[in-house]
Amino acid sequence: MYNQKVLEAFAHPQNVGEIENPDGEGTVGNATCGDIMKITLRIIDDKIVDAKFQTFGCAAAIATSSTATQMVIGMTVDEALKLTNARVVEELEGLPPQKIHCSVLAEEAIKKAIEDYRAKKENKQIDKKKIDYV
Amino acid sequence: MKVYIDHAATTPCDKRVVDAMLPYFTNDFGNADSQHLFGRDTAKAVAEARATVAKIIGCNPNELYFTGSGTESDNWALKGVALHKKDKGNHVIISAIEHHAILTAAEWLERNGFRVTRLPVDNTGLVSVADLEKAIDEQTTIVSIMYVNNEVGTIQPIKELAEVAHKHGALFHSDCVQAMPYMKIDVKELGVDLLTLSGHKFYGPKGVGALYIRNGVKIDKLICGGGQERSQRGGTTNTPAVVGMACALEISQQEMEHNNEHIANLRDHFVSRVMSEIPYVRFNGNREHCVPSIANFSFEFVEGEGILMLMDFNGIAVSSGSACSSGSLDPSHVLLAMGVPIEVSHGSIRFSFGKDNTLEEVDYTVDKLKDTIGKLREMSPLFNLKTGGTYNV
Repeated sequence: MYNQKVLEAFAHPQNVGEIENPDGEGTVGNATCGDIMKITLRIIDDKIVDAKFQTFGCAAAIATSSTATQMVIGMTVDEALKLTNARVVEELEGLPPQKIHCSVLAEEAIKKAIEDYRAKKENKQIDKKKIDYV
Repeated sequence: MKVYIDHAATTPCDKRVVDAMLPYFTNDFGNADSQHLFGRDTAKAVAEARATVAKIIGCNPNELYFTGSGTESDNWALKGVALHKKDKGNHVIISAIEHHAILTAAEWLERNGFRVTRLPVDNTGLVSVADLEKAIDEQTTIVSIMYVNNEVGTIQPIKELAEVAHKHGALFHSDCVQAMPYMKIDVKELGVDLLTLSGHKFYGPKGVGALYIRNGVKIDKLICGGGQERSQRGGTTNTPAVVGMACALEISQQEMEHNNEHIANLRDHFVSRVMSEIPYVRFNGNREHCVPSIANFSFEFVEGEGILMLMDFNGIAVSSGSACSSGSLDPSHVLLAMGVPIEVSHGSIRFSFGKDNTLEEVDYTVDKLKDTIGKLREMSPLFNLKTGGTYNV
């Protein structure tokens, strides 16, 4: 049912794991639905220099996690925010129709991790301002 | 290494069975309903096959009808009785863990104005006689409970359930597809009115099933056509298949004791290794009332399709009771009915052993299973939450 590219991404996933003290972190999905994805990002000057994932889910979920992390490394956060699940599926040369929803998780997890990064950055600036005032 | 551990899905056709079937494709190809000599020879072979199967399950040959599959037999039994008896009542009782053949036939009846009750099961997959007593009423025309569940292997108390049905004037059907080749079946001893068999589960050919209908039981036809099967089931008799089915059943009954012992040994060795060598695993089923062939496990924090595929990469064929593999997104209705939490049910695999499996294959399977579960758990955020990421097996 899966093409060779998806099978390869599932059998040898890249960027498995978790970045310590990540600059951005996003977890989406839930166990009841059978899909959870956690993405951690290392971001320097708004550029994603590393990305890692952990996924509980089917082969399509694991393959899209791996491919999506590979795609965002090297992107700016603005570029990464524009990454759609359709692009990830295209990179994998297609998924069976009933598996397309699995690819949405990767897009959502990356968006959430970038939101987390931006929120943290804002907090740091607020903290800095506070220090300046003191 | 290529290892097949999915015998509940289908079994390889025994070579002796294939040999028995072959003449009926070429030399003895006649239509069993033709009047001429070609037809007469074939009719004789069909009659012999019918007599063989009938003798094994303890019925009269004229109570046994050949069909195209276990699914067809199930559909015929449930719809046929419900429709025939709709003036008496419109209530049908099944269990929550029936095969989809019965489940979806019951849904069809519901869409056509019938009332369906699905009996619950306990956490080992057993239907309770008391629950049937509570559910049955004067409107109930048929109760259908499988003898052996196809996902977890639990054996149901058919005799007691059939007694309750009869006490309330309802007929009793049992899908016995998974019971053969592991059990002796006597329709009179079980007290069933209708019973389903499927050829390919006991080393016979695919595309052939049988339905026992006790003499005196009236049932509507499902397949309308010519006068085959005493005008109850249209369609030219699939002579090679019915000959093969009878031959396979005969062999499997003769060799049952020996095969059961071998299969149970493999299964028990597998279960004890999995339970002691893989953490966070849950055995689904009933250790006492079960066929020797099936072991169903849930591996926490991982998803069934990934397990199935990594095992497949290693040449091992198993079956995922879960969601994604079948293309449907619903977790196993059997495990949910048994109270397995939905997130755990996603990581469930059915292993079903057969007479040709070896101890070496079982050990290879456990070794690859450990690698597979380990690899998927290293990737799983749930596992890392639970254990802090340390994985030692």
